[in-house]
Amino acid sequence: MQNNTIRRALIRSLPVMAGYIVLGTGFGILMQKNGYGIVLSAAMSILIYAGSLQYVGVSLLASGASVLTTILTSLIINARHIFYGISMIGQYKNAGRKKPYLIFSLTDETYSILCDGSAEQEEDPDAFRFYLSLFNQSYWVIGTVFGALLGSVIPFSTAGIEFSMTALFIASFTEQWTTSSDHFPALCGLFSTLLCLLVFGSGNFLIPSMILITLILTLYRKKGGKNYE
Amino acid sequence: MNNAYVLVLCMALATMLVRFLPFLLFHDEKSTPAYIMYLGKVLPGAVIGMLVVYCLRDTVITAFPWGIPEIAASAAVIILQAKTHRSLLSILSGTLTYMLLIHLL
Repeated sequence: MQNNTIRRALIRSLPVMAGYIVLGTGFGILMQKNGYGIVLSAAMSILIYAGSLQYVGVSLLASGASVLTTILTSLIINARHIFYGISMIGQYKNAGRKKPYLIFSLTDETYSILCDGSAEQEEDPDAFRFYLSLFNQSYWVIGTVFGALLGSVIPFSTAGIEFSMTALFIASFTEQWTTSSDHFPALCGLFSTLLCLLVFGSGNFLIPSMILITLILTLYRKKGGKNYE
Repeated sequence: MNNAYVLVLCMALATMLVRFLPFLLFHDEKSTPAYIMYLGKVLPGAVIGMLVVYCLRDTVITAFPWGIPEIAASAAVIILQAKTHRSLLSILSGTLTYMLLIHLL
């Protein structure tokens, strides 16, 4: 019974495997390129386990960002996880000892699989969710370690590989744009940040950007964001 | 290097805070304030826009290579993503385009 659940969780996690191993490898290479070792890279993938933040994290580390900037950046990049959590409160109610790890490992991809109904069909949904989450994180960590090892033995120049992070976010932005009906939030994010970049410079613009974005979106709700209620 | 570990710890704790918070604060979707729910719907789009600018913050436009690698590679990502919706394809293509251009220019 247990083996079947594990097997089905493994199968269900396969679509995530390719993405996580490739992006994990990219992260590992990026870390290595900036002079950080396998241990720190693996630690990040084990303890943080958040792709966007980890990629941005390499820049934060390399530029010697302040603790405050790091914390606020982490909070705003991962703010959406609050909503994943809210919608999983019901699903995770009976998970017992597995619950902390289930909550810890709730990433975008894991969340989307858990929302499609596969778990509810299982005899032991909690075990299914647990193993699915575990497999997904293992792909991420494996990719990271592979990239960190690979980074030091690549014979050709990897100059420019840091663009993978830019590409990641541009791809997400484009995908969001094509699937959303209201482009105001995206444009708000883009232009608020651009403005703050020009005003505050590339070393200090993140915190002002977050404040400005939150301010504008709060006002937008009062003026015209009724369609979200 | 010490500072690196401190920052990693900050990222880890902040992320855990954000993931565990709803389970500590709210019992279900009904008891969550409407303002919080609203932010949940609009923030993701805005944050990605912010991250795009963040990644391109050091692009040099006023001198050689005038941002050509960034513009071309970004265009590649946008076009491929819009047409195929295959993130891995667009990410890899954009990255390779960029690497090729800074090598050639």
